[in-house]
Amino acid sequence: MTDAPSRPAVEVRGLTKRFGARTAVDSLGFACAAGEVFGFVGPDGAGKTTIMRLLAAVMPPDAGSIVIEGVDAVREPERVRSHVSYMPQRFGLYEDLTVDENIAFFAELFGIRRNDRDARAARLLAASGMTPFRKRRAGQLSGGMKQKLGLTCSLIHTPKVLLLDEPTAGVDPVSRRDFWRILYGLRGEGVAIVVATSYLDEAERCGRLGLMREGRMLYCDTPSALKALMPGEILAIAAPAPRAARDVVASLEGVGGAILMGDSVHVVVDGAARRLGAIEAALAAANVPFDEIERIAPSIEDLFVSLLTEKAE
Amino acid sequence: MMLRRVRAVAQKEIIQILRDPRSLMVVLLMPLMQMALLGYGVNLDIKHVPACVFDREGSQQSQSLLKAFQASQYFSVVESERTYADVTRAIDAGRCKIAIVVPHDFSETLANANAASVQAILDATDDNTANIALGYAQAVIGAASGNIQLERAQAMGQPPPVVPAVAEYRVWYNEDLVSRNYIMPGVVALVMALVGAQLTSLTISREWERGTMEVLVSTPVTSLELMAGKILPYFVIGLIDAAFCLMIAVFWFQAPFRGSISTLFFTTSLFLVVVLGLGYFISASIKSQVGASQIALVATLLPTTLLSGFAFPIEQMPAPIQWLTYLVPARYYFSILKSIFLKGSGIADLAAPIAALALYAAVVGLLAARAFKKTLG
Repeated sequence: MTDAPSRPAVEVRGLTKRFGARTAVDSLGFACAAGEVFGFVGPDGAGKTTIMRLLAAVMPPDAGSIVIEGVDAVREPERVRSHVSYMPQRFGLYEDLTVDENIAFFAELFGIRRNDRDARAARLLAASGMTPFRKRRAGQLSGGMKQKLGLTCSLIHTPKVLLLDEPTAGVDPVSRRDFWRILYGLRGEGVAIVVATSYLDEAERCGRLGLMREGRMLYCDTPSALKALMPGEILAIAAPAPRAARDVVASLEGVGGAILMGDSVHVVVDGAARRLGAIEAALAAANVPFDEIERIAPSIEDLFVSLLTEKAE
Repeated sequence: MMLRRVRAVAQKEIIQILRDPRSLMVVLLMPLMQMALLGYGVNLDIKHVPACVFDREGSQQSQSLLKAFQASQYFSVVESERTYADVTRAIDAGRCKIAIVVPHDFSETLANANAASVQAILDATDDNTANIALGYAQAVIGAASGNIQLERAQAMGQPPPVVPAVAEYRVWYNEDLVSRNYIMPGVVALVMALVGAQLTSLTISREWERGTMEVLVSTPVTSLELMAGKILPYFVIGLIDAAFCLMIAVFWFQAPFRGSISTLFFTTSLFLVVVLGLGYFISASIKSQVGASQIALVATLLPTTLLSGFAFPIEQMPAPIQWLTYLVPARYYFSILKSIFLKGSGIADLAAPIAALALYAAVVGLLAARAFKKTLG
């Protein structure tokens, strides 16, 4: 096909899924090109998992179209299977099978030649530091290794589109880094990756982000462009009792939102210089101790809170 | 359908079965236990009915009549009574199920009227036992009194008394009328129906419960490939179970086997496909393991015990219930097993029930393949 390079690997239009009266996904449209990492972020219940299931063609949509590698995935779900790999949120492999047996099972289902399978499995397992555990049963792996095995099984048939639903939930930081290193490698191979996550540091690794709330995609852009959208500025309050500090400042005039970030509170204000004095005064009046307040560059978390609360109003 | 994917699913399933020794034991031991339980528990023969006798005459004739009771394997005379009150007490206390009372003028009436009456008092709280015991009592008394008359005629130098037409019985296929010979094929059919549906009832629901199905449905495996791959290993286990059950029936319970092994193998395979398909259908329709297993139990146990002809003869059922029995696959397998065991029937003799099972297998297979959908919720 001559138009292959310009055609996005995944193209979604007007995608809608309802569960009874609730609309889980509401006329979603986006595209993900080969070699792109597209992330869906949003609170629980925003519809991220439903999107991944619809894209994996394991759930039929109520309306809209999904075209994967030029094939209509809604009308012909079986024809896109060999292009797509789906890793659901819950570990979906066989705990009573070993690492190697799980890999062999999925390779057989996808009709991979034995030589190709062995070479690819060796490479993927080495990349994720799993080589010593090939004979271990999947049920005895740590959470991080389970996810890496899941990824290995997902990649054994060299899919063109990789769908990951909360791939690093409950995974230790080291495994998480391994995991993303593999994903970056795939990007180089031209795999289109669609990932749903509630980890915002993970979101910042994506090429583009779709911010979801209640089934609707409110924003869709690169992380830096989204940060530029940020209305107002961020003040970080370092305080020994951050919860008390948050409660005091949240209701002040000019404050768009306040969230806890470790030992500090991030406050979205319409103008940092203008509101600083009022915040200090309010904390002092409420007898809430604080160390320092400084203006910081917004993170994805801040952006998230700010953009989603703004839209809600 | 790609054989490679069928093989992959079957291999995966075999590894899972072998790695779960507890459920493997259940799969192999459950039929053995059921065979032992049902083989010993279900016995429709009534022998050694406890009896008491009350001889009001005390003559040689009356004694020889009562000796006939003593000698019969159907009765064991546990006590002799002296009064009616003793008879009543013995029956009330449950020491005997039947009391034989010989009247004081037994030999005299027998001599004069050529017919005498003997009283039998029965405890009919269990009406089936009472009925059968009564039949036995009539046979014993009839034979004994015939002998008495014959002896007396010979003693008096008279021609033997004229005996009305007597039926001469030739019992075919189960010559000894031993109910176990007829029950064992039924027990095998029952156990195979139960075990077969149980084997596959978990196979799909387990994948849903463990969350492995969500990945599986996103792969190119088709529902037919999945079904074939999943049923195949259980078919082998089912055949092993069937071999165990049939060997227990023949070698342990001494059920006569007159047919050919190949007919048995063919028909058993056919029945296994039906019950395994039924279990798979239930498993695919119900996404919880406990629910699927229980429904499989109810769906096989009740119809098989009540409607297969094993416990209650189908010919005796009201017409609508008889129609219902056509829906019970064990009905066909039971009649096939009975014929192979007792008559030595071959495949040609069994064409009708085999055709019914084949039709059943096709329908169940179709339903099972359609019940599984490659979509969530």
